Amino acid sequence: MANAKELRKQIGSIKNTQKITSAMEMVAASKMRKAQERMARGRPYSDYMRTVIGHVANASPEYRHQFMVEREVRRIGYIIITTDKGLCGGLNINLLKTTLKDIKTWIDQEVEVDLCLIGNKGAQFFNNYGGNVVAASSHISETPAMADLIGSIKVMLNAFEEGTIDKIYLTNNVFVNTMIQEPTIRQLVPLDPEDDENLKNRWDYIYEPDARQLVEGLVTRFIESQVYQAVVENVACEQAAKMIAMKSATENAGDLVDELELIMNNARQAAITQELSEIVGGAAAV
Amino acid sequence: MASSDSTATVHCSIVSAEQEIFSDQVEMVVATGTIGELGIFPGHTPLLTGVKPGPVRLKLVGGEEEVFFASGGFIEVQPTSITILADTALRANDIDEAAAAAAQNKAEQELADNRSDIDFGRVQADIQETAAMLRTIRKFRK
Repeated sequence: MANAKELRKQIGSIKNTQKITSAMEMVAASKMRKAQERMARGRPYSDYMRTVIGHVANASPEYRHQFMVEREVRRIGYIIITTDKGLCGGLNINLLKTTLKDIKTWIDQEVEVDLCLIGNKGAQFFNNYGGNVVAASSHISETPAMADLIGSIKVMLNAFEEGTIDKIYLTNNVFVNTMIQEPTIRQLVPLDPEDDENLKNRWDYIYEPDARQLVEGLVTRFIESQVYQAVVENVACEQAAKMIAMKSATENAGDLVDELELIMNNARQAAITQELSEIVGGAAAV
Repeated sequence: MASSDSTATVHCSIVSAEQEIFSDQVEMVVATGTIGELGIFPGHTPLLTGVKPGPVRLKLVGGEEEVFFASGGFIEVQPTSITILADTALRANDIDEAAAAAAQNKAEQELADNRSDIDFGRVQADIQETAAMLRTIRKFRK
């Protein structure tokens, strides 16, 4: 039978942990609300941007920007967005697993893979796992500024323009609701045409003033907005996942305490019973 | 696309990086494109152009007009939809005239100071933007 004093110590330490996890849960919940708001505000822009880009990719212009031309794929790039801190359940691991599966299908086709990592967790993971990391940035704040992200993305885009990378994917967690965060992989460049029958016929925009300039500007803005939105969304996912993880940790701690208290009470009761029976036995002997 | 009262309408959305500010059927859109003012009716041929800082006027179903201010961005026109991807967009009635005038003064002052460490391009863009904002207010505010 376990020692009552030891048990009491264990219960105390679990209760302390529980206090910490429940505080973290509350912090995450309040941060999540803000992050979710930020995400919701930015979503329409990035969604419309994607639609417009989908239209543009369907057009058959006299001028085809290199962002619109599908090339033979020899080397591809992934922009992988993970969180900076842990304690958010399976969020990062789910994303990385999905990404790795995708990467593997490319490697099987003898395509080389370059990685651009945003967020600490991805950097740590690929440090151990291996992989050709061409750019990494971490310690993105909860209110990310475009300027913090542009540097590492620029490396990828330059490589694309030079022709060393033939495709760029963006992978991040998409916030579905508080309980569900979906790892998603989306193609950034070359532009992915939208599947719309109405747009399949040959047509083109009137460009004012100049197709090249416009498409270039639009594509730059598109990539910025997609990456920015992905980062903002990832922050919301992180806080949601953290909240859930901490909630279940708090609940688990509660269960543990209950269990241990039961054992402790059992032990105490047994000790009392034993003492009593010893006294009674002793009295009978006299 | 004809609505019930037989006037043609087109779906117009104005989104800025911060929010979706307008999304509904309209009868006409007047915006400031890179090379001049554009009036867009339903069924317009596909068009892609930049936006210069200036007013965006929407003629709503029923004839009412609503005025927005866009500070730059892109317009995509499809026969059945018009999308304005603005850098920032405001309802004309929400513009703070005093703040805009102050911002313009500040930018002009910066330019007049003629210091070497200012970003000339940015200051000029600021002046253009605030001037367009003030123009929008003075012209369309009821």
